[in-house]
Amino acid sequence: MGDERDRYAQEDVISQFSEVFANRELLGNLVLRELRGKYKGTALGWFWSLLNPLAATLIFTVVFGAILRVTPSVGAGGVQNYTLFLLCALLPWNYFSGVVNAGMAAMLDNANLIKKTAFARHLIVFSATVSLFVTFGIEMLVLAVALLVFGVNPLLWIVPTVLLMLLLAVFATGLALMLSVANVYFRDSAHFVAIALQVLFYATPVIYPISLVSHVHPDSLVARLHIDTLYFWNPLVHFVEAFRALLYQHQLPSLTTCLVVVLSSAASLWLGWVVFNRYSGRLAEEL
Amino acid sequence: MGDIAVEATGVSKRFRLYHERNQSLKAAFMRGGRAKFDEFWALQDVDLQIPTGKTFGLIGHNGSGKSTLLKCLAGILVPDRGSIGVHGRVSALLELGAGFHPELSGRDNVYLNGSILGMSRKQIDRSFDEIVDFAGLETFIDTPVKNYSSGMYVRLGFSVAINVDPEILMVDEVLAVGDEAFQRKCMEKFADFREQGRTVVVVSHALSTMRTMCDEVAWLDHGKLLEVGHPRDLVDAYVGRSHEDRVETEPPEGGEQAGHGARWGSGEVTIRSVELLDGDQPVSQVATGQRMTFRMHWKAKKPVEEPVFGIAVHTLDGVHVTGPNTRDVELSTGTLDGEGWLDLHVPRLMLTSGTYELTAAVFDRSVAHAFDHREKLLRFDVTPGTPRDQNGVISLGGSWEIQAQVDSSA
Repeated sequence: MGDERDRYAQEDVISQFSEVFANRELLGNLVLRELRGKYKGTALGWFWSLLNPLAATLIFTVVFGAILRVTPSVGAGGVQNYTLFLLCALLPWNYFSGVVNAGMAAMLDNANLIKKTAFARHLIVFSATVSLFVTFGIEMLVLAVALLVFGVNPLLWIVPTVLLMLLLAVFATGLALMLSVANVYFRDSAHFVAIALQVLFYATPVIYPISLVSHVHPDSLVARLHIDTLYFWNPLVHFVEAFRALLYQHQLPSLTTCLVVVLSSAASLWLGWVVFNRYSGRLAEEL
Repeated sequence: MGDIAVEATGVSKRFRLYHERNQSLKAAFMRGGRAKFDEFWALQDVDLQIPTGKTFGLIGHNGSGKSTLLKCLAGILVPDRGSIGVHGRVSALLELGAGFHPELSGRDNVYLNGSILGMSRKQIDRSFDEIVDFAGLETFIDTPVKNYSSGMYVRLGFSVAINVDPEILMVDEVLAVGDEAFQRKCMEKFADFREQGRTVVVVSHALSTMRTMCDEVAWLDHGKLLEVGHPRDLVDAYVGRSHEDRVETEPPEGGEQAGHGARWGSGEVTIRSVELLDGDQPVSQVATGQRMTFRMHWKAKKPVEEPVFGIAVHTLDGVHVTGPNTRDVELSTGTLDGEGWLDLHVPRLMLTSGTYELTAAVFDRSVAHAFDHREKLLRFDVTPGTPRDQNGVISLGGSWEIQAQVDSSA
């Protein structure tokens, strides 16, 4: 029985990818549903999607920039601004955690749809990826304007940044695919992931420069626990560093970073796809 | 498209019945891995071929697996064994308006639901007016569906699904939607479907509808396919079988019969039970055209003058077939006290075969006050007999005669 299912999954990878393409209208409509439905009935509407990161930026700037006085690394043209430094990493992080969270909830939120209609279920996860990407894109545009205002012209770096944004979307979607089915079989997954995301947020150099971790005294606790090694194995560290290199420092990310980013995206999507197809057949009865 | 629209080969579907829903990681670890569950085969080795252009019905009692089979055919459930082959575009009406977003307008939801059912934007553009018109929601189409009444909601859902232009339509008990006018429109739409040579697969408990609507019927019992055949024969066989199951639930002799409907009244005279008799022999099913007797056992607590007795016969879908009572025939019942019975002799039962509900009541002389009203006290089956008429609710008992006009001048 297991064999049958594996064969089924493998044979269908290609046809399912083409199915995604064939279903692009449905995907479009699902995305529109998310986008239109999200802020319906609120007075501020779409403005909320910008207010949230704005509030976070304000909090972190005050707490870590002004009170704890984290020194941001020096950016292009000698700019050293904590808020810009923060945003270059915070916006990608927000997108990542948004997709993972939306993926977790996707199947449960759409239980009725899954139990009563037949369509490609992965589209529900993809629609979260795409709809959040729209907000992400807008936020990044606002950031680009802010960078311009502060004299760091990001225009030349837009293409690689967009590429990196797409890779991040792929990476997050892979995880979301896996977690969306996991959460149906084990409802605890959502709570577990909430904690994991919190840990991951601090384990990723979003609010502080990575130099604080990588350039430490050999006798320090960080060095003895090999925390810097752990950092290397966290793909998000590389994503965040790449975003910062492109937007804040105007440098191409290191080759290692590029490799890790590309490989981890591919691995995440492949794994997510396989896991999803393995377990999504029984979604309608497990929900 | 070939002759076969939908094909199931050796399809089995297993459900897991969890003793304790094991949806927490902690519970999973504590049990050392997997949750404890019983396996339950909802479908076992079902082979079925549904011909193109036919209206195909699935019948069976609750839990027979007919809805599971339909979900497998529609691709919502994946069978554990066997395979399903579908030749043509499928639209499944399992729940109307599934996937409507309450905050969005009717218009947006038509597009959303249409694309979930597999329509392209162009197709929806083309049939949009028809969809809205069919649902009768022109003035409300830009209102969020959360403000719709439940009737409007399902009407829009039905309208979208039926306009998907499917080659194969799968329907699960959703025919009873909306008011009478809308239901008639739906039935017409189904008739159109048939004429256009589309395939319809339908699951329903409304056996009379199944009998008239379907070209072929499959009978499922406990997850197994018993028989495929002509709707009349199979529906009758099925009714006969479910009647056999019913005998065991007959009330104890002489006791108070427990009905399954409402009961009200002041209780001076009560109806203890109703029996169906053939001569003096109690029966629980009668054939069309057979003689029979309805016997009402009554009990009066104190003397009551001239009470009026009556029965009513309804079909399972609620059609009032007949309602004989002692007042219409000006029968004097005298003064009742103690216990006794009242017979209604029927020389030839003119009901067509099917299942009927019997309501019995006893009123005061003016029929304004109920002593005892027992809604749906008894359910009984009528089996095929003579006359052999099958359609509708009653047989006229007529005989046919045909004559060709012969032109004498030629």
